[in-house]
Amino acid sequence: MAYEPILLARVNKPDSTRLEGYRIDGGYASFERALAELKPEEVTTRVKDSGLRGRGGAGFPTGLKWTFLPKDHPGPIYLCINADESEPCTYNNRILMEKDPHQVLEGIMLACYAIKSRCAYFYIRYEYGTAYRTLQSAIDELYQAGLLGKNILGSGFDLDIFLHRGAGAYICGEETGLIESLEGKRAWPRIKPPFPAIEGAFRKPTIVNNVETMACVTQIMRRGNDWFKSMGVPPDPKNPRDAGSYGPKLYTIAGHVNTPKCVELPMGVTIRELVEKHGGGVWKGLKAKAVNPGGISMGFVDCNLKLKDSDQTEYDIPLDFNGPGRVGCLGLGTAAVTVIDEQTSMVDVLHNVCQFFAHESCGQCTPCREGTGWMLKMTDRLRRGQGRKEDLDILVDVSDRIGIIPGTTICGLSDGAGWPVKTAIRKFRKEFEDAIQSGRKSVVKSLKLLGAH
Amino acid sequence: MATVYVNDKPVDIGNERLNCVQAAEKGGIHIPHYCYHPDLTVVASCRMCLVEMGDLKDGKVAITPKVFPGCQTPVKDGTVIVTGDYAKRDTSLPVLGYPDNYKPGDRAKKAQADTLEGLLINHPLDCPVCDKAGECKLQDYSFQYGRSQSRMIDEKNTPPNKPEISSKITLFTDRCIMCTRCVRFTREVSGQAELSVVSRGHHSEIDVFPGEPLENKLAGNVVDLCPVGALGSKDFLYKQRVWYLKTEDSVCAGCSTGCSISADSNKDVIFRLRPRPNPQAQGYFMCDEGRHGYHYVNAAERLNRPHVRKDGKLAPIAYTDAVKAVSDEFKDAIKKNAASVWLVLSPFLTVEEAFLAAKWLKESSKQVKLALGPVPFVGEDDTYPKDRRGKALQPVRFTIRAEKCPNRRGVEEVLRTLQGDVITFPKVIEAIKKGDAKAVFLAGGYPVKGSFDVFSEVKAENLLLAVSDFFTSPATELAKYVFPAAAFSEKEGTYLNHANLAQTLHKVSHAPQETRQEGQLFQDLAHRRGLFNLAAVRKELAKEVPFFGKLADQVPELGVKLV
Ligand SMILES: Cc1cc2nc3c(=O)[nH]c(=O)nc-3n(C[C@H](O)[C@H](O)[C@H](O)COP(=O)(O)O)c2cc1C
Ligand code: SF4
Ligand code: SF4
Ligand code: SF4
Ligand code: FES
Repeated sequence: MAYEPILLARVNKPDSTRLEGYRIDGGYASFERALAELKPEEVTTRVKDSGLRGRGGAGFPTGLKWTFLPKDHPGPIYLCINADESEPCTYNNRILMEKDPHQVLEGIMLACYAIKSRCAYFYIRYEYGTAYRTLQSAIDELYQAGLLGKNILGSGFDLDIFLHRGAGAYICGEETGLIESLEGKRAWPRIKPPFPAIEGAFRKPTIVNNVETMACVTQIMRRGNDWFKSMGVPPDPKNPRDAGSYGPKLYTIAGHVNTPKCVELPMGVTIRELVEKHGGGVWKGLKAKAVNPGGISMGFVDCNLKLKDSDQTEYDIPLDFNGPGRVGCLGLGTAAVTVIDEQTSMVDVLHNVCQFFAHESCGQCTPCREGTGWMLKMTDRLRRGQGRKEDLDILVDVSDRIGIIPGTTICGLSDGAGWPVKTAIRKFRKEFEDAIQSGRKSVVKSLKLLGAH
Repeated sequence: MATVYVNDKPVDIGNERLNCVQAAEKGGIHIPHYCYHPDLTVVASCRMCLVEMGDLKDGKVAITPKVFPGCQTPVKDGTVIVTGDYAKRDTSLPVLGYPDNYKPGDRAKKAQADTLEGLLINHPLDCPVCDKAGECKLQDYSFQYGRSQSRMIDEKNTPPNKPEISSKITLFTDRCIMCTRCVRFTREVSGQAELSVVSRGHHSEIDVFPGEPLENKLAGNVVDLCPVGALGSKDFLYKQRVWYLKTEDSVCAGCSTGCSISADSNKDVIFRLRPRPNPQAQGYFMCDEGRHGYHYVNAAERLNRPHVRKDGKLAPIAYTDAVKAVSDEFKDAIKKNAASVWLVLSPFLTVEEAFLAAKWLKESSKQVKLALGPVPFVGEDDTYPKDRRGKALQPVRFTIRAEKCPNRRGVEEVLRTLQGDVITFPKVIEAIKKGDAKAVFLAGGYPVKGSFDVFSEVKAENLLLAVSDFFTSPATELAKYVFPAAAFSEKEGTYLNHANLAQTLHKVSHAPQETRQEGQLFQDLAHRRGLFNLAAVRKELAKEVPFFGKLADQVPELGVKLV
């Protein structure tokens, strides 16, 4: 039985962006019901009990995050929506914003009601012009309809939503980088603690959530927790800290596939199914060599590497919050699946990846700033056919030591910069060694990063 | 009472809120750091201070399997800190109950070496031509914590140098380790935020906004803050290799804030003044006026021997002859009319000098008048931080005082006791003009010219004027005797700042040629035998001027508050 999309249900409708159509489809009914019938705490509890985990990359339980706000805080509380979506090959937020903005906005309104915030900042990457304009007209519609502004529907609840355009930097997606950028500064991630829930935007308690997370909130409040929990993967009973991977998820399929696209599926679909069934298979009749399970910062899956005690390979891992981690990847990330075909050189792939992170490291922390730069120089040398055998060990050493997991940096960008390097070299070492031994030069012209900034 | 363990050493931190670097320092263990500075916000970005941490509970240590930035991580009772220097610990102490498979210090040691490897990746390592060499934290820590060989064979980034960022400061861009101390200083202390970081990742650079160089009055501090040779003081650049410099504790004579400073000299030439942290005086910094205000000490046109007027012109005279002549002439003058004899004490004198001078003439006659010399004022007290428009902000982090002398308070206290009140300088001029003053000794020592310009309108026949000062002036034009003055760096003594903090001046360099420090001069004029001895004079002073009672004992390095 084919899965019937919920989050993407409206995207192909004519005028899917308009308030009128959204309301005909039952939109804002759950917001109105919440205002009239539910206490803010009840909304938080519902979201918490749904098992919803953030869709922005880290998978933090959403309702739980909301409870970290100080109780009975006298001053303002802010909600920041993270629409910086800069992880390569990730575009699920974009579809939601461009095609069904009201679904996202309703989630924001529900979330603000739950956390008693009267002001939400919607931080959207500059490159998303269409999404920006679509969202702005949707917000204008809401003000006109009295669904935003002062004393919404006579409930006494006030809410403003401000759109804020970033200026094009991956690091603006890191939540405290986003906050700094929103405040008009360089997006240099802050040291934590204090976490944003205690001291965030403008030094006030702040929740940062992803766009898709908000769309999920809308659907949870409309359809209930049972619906949400009817999908996905329950917690691993052997891991008391696992919160499970419930609900639908937007997966983007990119790279060497026949039909790159964004699909909505219950959490836990395997990479193989996603690529072969939904992505139309690997292009040119080739086989997949490697896959990034959730954006390049999650590292690589080796499609030919057999799983322990099994006929399956890493290509068969489920894409829930735990699956990628079991094969040495960083996590599910943004669920952006990037496929690399068997004819593509991993040296080129890795060089391209290193170029991205060296370009995007904010430059604060020594290990990340210098590590990403050094890894780029080494991989560049590899592709020029001048690699040395010891370079591979150095690359693994450097990639292993940068990040918040080893404790050497402020933010997770560097974990994400290290993971593709260490997984590529550990899993495809033979290919790298061959390249070094043969002194083969790359045939691919290095892609110049577009600098809009 | 909270106890923290650093490399097995229990450190009692009381109820202070400290980070690991501070707690370790308390236990005498140094955790190397670059970006951390006690007077700037913590950014925890350089990652030089990485340590291992755990908690001690029931004799067992639970270690967290990662490293932590010591500058950012607070400690509490039972916190266990293991640094990369664990191998150098005090092995007489019992080893804490670490887990079996845990090797204390290994992870921190590697992490620190890794950080240094990172810092050197794009570092030019041009130490032979770098001004910082010898006092560079990158050299020091690389030597102590780094690896001896680099694994980096690729081309280094070579950003262009930026000598134009300031008239006083130059930036060797490629030597920067991006600790952002300089940026934070201009944002948090001086306030006008001239410096910022441009570009990203390994192309990050320190820069100023176009057309807005770093010219605030505290700017020079960024050079001291810079742990490497990236920011250089144009005043000091390429003048000396630092290992030739001798460093002495001193006090800035530029204003009544009285910043504690270190004075660096080589072979009697001062090359540099730097702030010496003192919470009782100014904190961690100093102003540029004070920093660069030592050049008069090395000035060629300084008076460097006593002179006597002969045939209308000043002619050199031997010191002992000058002392004898002045002593005799003032004795005579006192005999004739003691009330017409004046002694003027400048606020640049030390307390001890003012005291010895006062005693010289007052002991001959109580009727001799003591007055305070001109007190230079420029503008108003200038506080920092300031915003971009120049408006001063609260809370104040630094004050450059309008009163441009170091010791008005100290001289005044001497005058209060020995004269009874403080007679100001205009009264002296009035008395000279009226002919009431027949013999005047002007103990000057004004580093800025112009303090005695009033003398250009004074016409006094038969006035016996003796002056001690740095430069010729309208006063020396009138004087019969002129003595060269000694600079703050050439004497020992006490300055009392605006807040009654008494600090000790140490001798940094020798006064030129026939110059004696005024303490010696007044002692000689009074026919007191022997060399000026600070401790002895202080004892006497403490007895006779009770305000200075505390100076009888050893004065601590950071000075002593007298009120
Ligand atoms: C380098 C970096 C980039 C990130 N970029 C994004 C992003 O573009 N969008 C996003 O939602 N989260 C991003 N995140 C994750 C955010 O820090 C944060 O966890 C997330 O916005 C929280 O929302 P959620 O709980 O709804 O997932 C990024 C994290 C890092 C370390
Ligand atoms: S880890 Fe990298 S991106 Fe993150 S704050 Fe540090 S330098 Fe910036
Ligand atoms: S110039 Fe010096 S103080 Fe400024 S960031 Fe660079 S190393 Fe630090
Ligand atoms: S503030 Fe005053 S005492 Fe301090 S350095 Fe400047 S002039 Fe000297
Ligand atoms: S001193 Fe702690 S990170 Fe720089």
